[in-house]
Amino acid sequence: MSIILDVQNLNTRFDTPEGEVSAANNINFTLKKGQSLGVVGESGSGKTQIFMAIMGLLAKNGRTSGQAIFQGQNLLELPVAELNKVRGVSLSMIFQDPMTSLNPYLKVSRQMTEVLIEHRGMGKKEALERSIRMLELVGIPEARKRVYMYPHEFSGGMRQRVMIAIALLCEPDLLIADEPTTALDVTIQAQILDLLHNLKEEMGMSIVMITHDLGVIAGMCDQVMVMYGGRVVETGTVHEIFNDARHPYTQGLLQSMPRIDGDHSEDLYAIPGQPPNLQALPSGCAFQPRCQLASDQCRREQPGSITFASERSVACHRVTEIIELNQEETVNREVAL
Amino acid sequence: MSEPILKVDDLKVHFPVDVGTFFSKKATLKAVDGVSFELHEGEALSVVGESGCGKSTLGRAVLQLLHNTEGQVVWMGENITGYPVKAMRPLRSEMQIIFQDPLASLDPRMTIGEIIAEPLVTHNPEIPKDQVKARVREMMDIVGLLPRMINRYPHEFSGGQCQRIGIARAMILRPKVIVCDEPVSALDVSIQAQIINLLGELQETFGLSLLFISHDLSIVRHISHRVMVIYLGNVMELAEKDALYNAPRHPYTQALISAVPVPDPDKEAHKKRIVLKGDLPSPINPPSGCVFRTRCLYADHQCEQEKPPLTTLNEPTAKGNHQVACHKQAEINSLD
Ligand SMILES: Nc1ncnc2c1ncn2[C@@H]1O[C@H](COP(=O)(O)OP(=O)(O)OP(=O)(O)O)[C@@H](O)[C@H]1O
Ligand SMILES: Nc1ncnc2c1ncn2[C@@H]1O[C@H](COP(=O)(O)OP(=O)(O)OP(=O)(O)O)[C@@H](O)[C@H]1O
Ligand code: SF4
Ligand code: SF4
Ligand SMILES: [Mg+2]
Ligand SMILES: [Mg+2]
Repeated sequence: MSIILDVQNLNTRFDTPEGEVSAANNINFTLKKGQSLGVVGESGSGKTQIFMAIMGLLAKNGRTSGQAIFQGQNLLELPVAELNKVRGVSLSMIFQDPMTSLNPYLKVSRQMTEVLIEHRGMGKKEALERSIRMLELVGIPEARKRVYMYPHEFSGGMRQRVMIAIALLCEPDLLIADEPTTALDVTIQAQILDLLHNLKEEMGMSIVMITHDLGVIAGMCDQVMVMYGGRVVETGTVHEIFNDARHPYTQGLLQSMPRIDGDHSEDLYAIPGQPPNLQALPSGCAFQPRCQLASDQCRREQPGSITFASERSVACHRVTEIIELNQEETVNREVAL
Repeated sequence: MSEPILKVDDLKVHFPVDVGTFFSKKATLKAVDGVSFELHEGEALSVVGESGCGKSTLGRAVLQLLHNTEGQVVWMGENITGYPVKAMRPLRSEMQIIFQDPLASLDPRMTIGEIIAEPLVTHNPEIPKDQVKARVREMMDIVGLLPRMINRYPHEFSGGQCQRIGIARAMILRPKVIVCDEPVSALDVSIQAQIINLLGELQETFGLSLLFISHDLSIVRHISHRVMVIYLGNVMELAEKDALYNAPRHPYTQALISAVPVPDPDKEAHKKRIVLKGDLPSPINPPSGCVFRTRCLYADHQCEQEKPPLTTLNEPTAKGNHQVACHKQAEINSLD
């Protein structure tokens, strides 16, 4: 399978009055065509900014280095004019904040048809029909009427869906979806996830899904990348992450999720402590103050990423012991059965 | 069973709204439309449903924070419906509320010590200062805040810590019931578990009752004894937790539960999701008959004509008091 996105050594920093903030450090991953990558992690761990950097949409005080090769071009070095031929066409992003991509002063019809007329060479009428069809697909009732409304005339959940429709208009090869369903109700979320799933299966669209909902990842993604304190702490296939999590943060995250199918008689497992502040990261491993396995080495040295297979890596000093523990547990579970 | 501490009967909250684009045109928005339930001592009753279905309005109406209401709210045998602020004051020590957005609900100019103490000082102005301080420190300890942080300001705390401050403030008068309006939805997943466990512990230690408002069915399954499912201001189903999750009877509850993603790739791969068509109708112009009918797979003529009453299941196998509002529940649930 060919690779659609190849990110190497990507760093993103912001200048602030209090000093420099490293939002994303040494990020490496690849995504194959037709596959989906789930990105999870604590709030503020750098998930959004990685992809804002890739889209060339960092805030003015932001800088980025490294490379992000999309269909043979390094997006981080592309002039804006070239980038505009890619963005919103073969590479689309659904933003966490809907108003980032909607123009409040233009009717939705205008915002949708313009893209199609410019990049797909459609006539006005054809573009309008396709826009209406797309709004219907994301579950906007009475789309033919609503297409003439302004963004603020939609409810929050519907605005989110309008944005999803715009992102999908040109049938992108890669869709970056940043918390696309967080603001939506579960029944609407189910409609959107179904739609994305079909686009992936039928049109081979690749997807990056940024979310805090591990359930969404379990249902949608092939690969998973876990972030903590501005770094990738673990990557793996969805089965590796859910059945053989190796980083203590990933393990804690999985255990602390209340589950609709879980055991409800006991207290939830809770990761102790507070999420880190990027401006005052602890020494050594960023997870060290909350980690039950933390050693002196962890408090001293930043763990490097250890690669086990092409898309399987863990950044933890004690990963060898953890792997042994996981294996023992699997054996015990099998014996118990 | 003991007498309920709270009894809500046919509660309605209708807001007058303006719907005209050019000319003023009045309409009624039925945010809560005839809700009845009981809450017992030490019980956690959850209210679930999608955005705008009336959960927060219900919570506020129960506490008499809203006044355009109909129906009855009976607190420990006393009918408090329509009590003005003054009459509610003595009851405030027994009924508290915590909100979704922890930071926004705390006054930024007050120290957290002052914030936590405020209800106590307002309620018992005669308590000496050192006793107030001692009570505040005790509460901080109970909710997992370091008592030495007492003179800090809210902005110095994380979201999870701010929610602990809100809980300490709500708990300082040792209330009998706390209405929790989405208390963890603004928090990081790794912090949610801490707060849910804390609420569970407080409930057990102090025999506290919770009216727990949430749209997250996984969290609700964890924290509640009973669950009430609301759609467009109407109760669709009300049952003990396990009965509701293991054998939901109402088509809406069935769809809701099936739509919740499970963090397990194997289960997700084989799961059958009931995908509802369409959208939530406007509460200004709700469907006739059964309010759920525009999205229901089983809707027929009767559903359009008659509103289904909330009915207690009359089956030997039904667990506890299981109530469902659907004309066709018996038919639907015997199919499989
Ligand atoms: N313009 C900016 N200037 C300074 N710091 C910034 C700026 N934009 C983002 N940051 C910081 O970068 C870090 C990473 O932010 P990012 O938006 O990627 O987090 P996230 O993982 O997407 O979190 P969430 O789950 O809350 O969306 C945060 O600590 C944030 O405060
Ligand atoms: N003061 C008000 N005036 C007019 N309409 C109101 C008022 N307060 C709430 N509403 C409407 O009542 C309905 C129920 O609102 P409510 O806030 O109770 O919903 P909710 O279930 O808490 O939703 P969410 O999950 O989004 O918090 C909504 O349609 C809302 O727009
Ligand atoms: S490096 Fe050390 S502190 Fe960090 S996750 Fe691994 S064991 Fe824990
Ligand atoms: S009463 Fe009719 S429309 Fe309402 S839930 Fe039952 S079958 Fe569906
Ligand atoms: Mg983000
Ligand atoms: Mg609400």
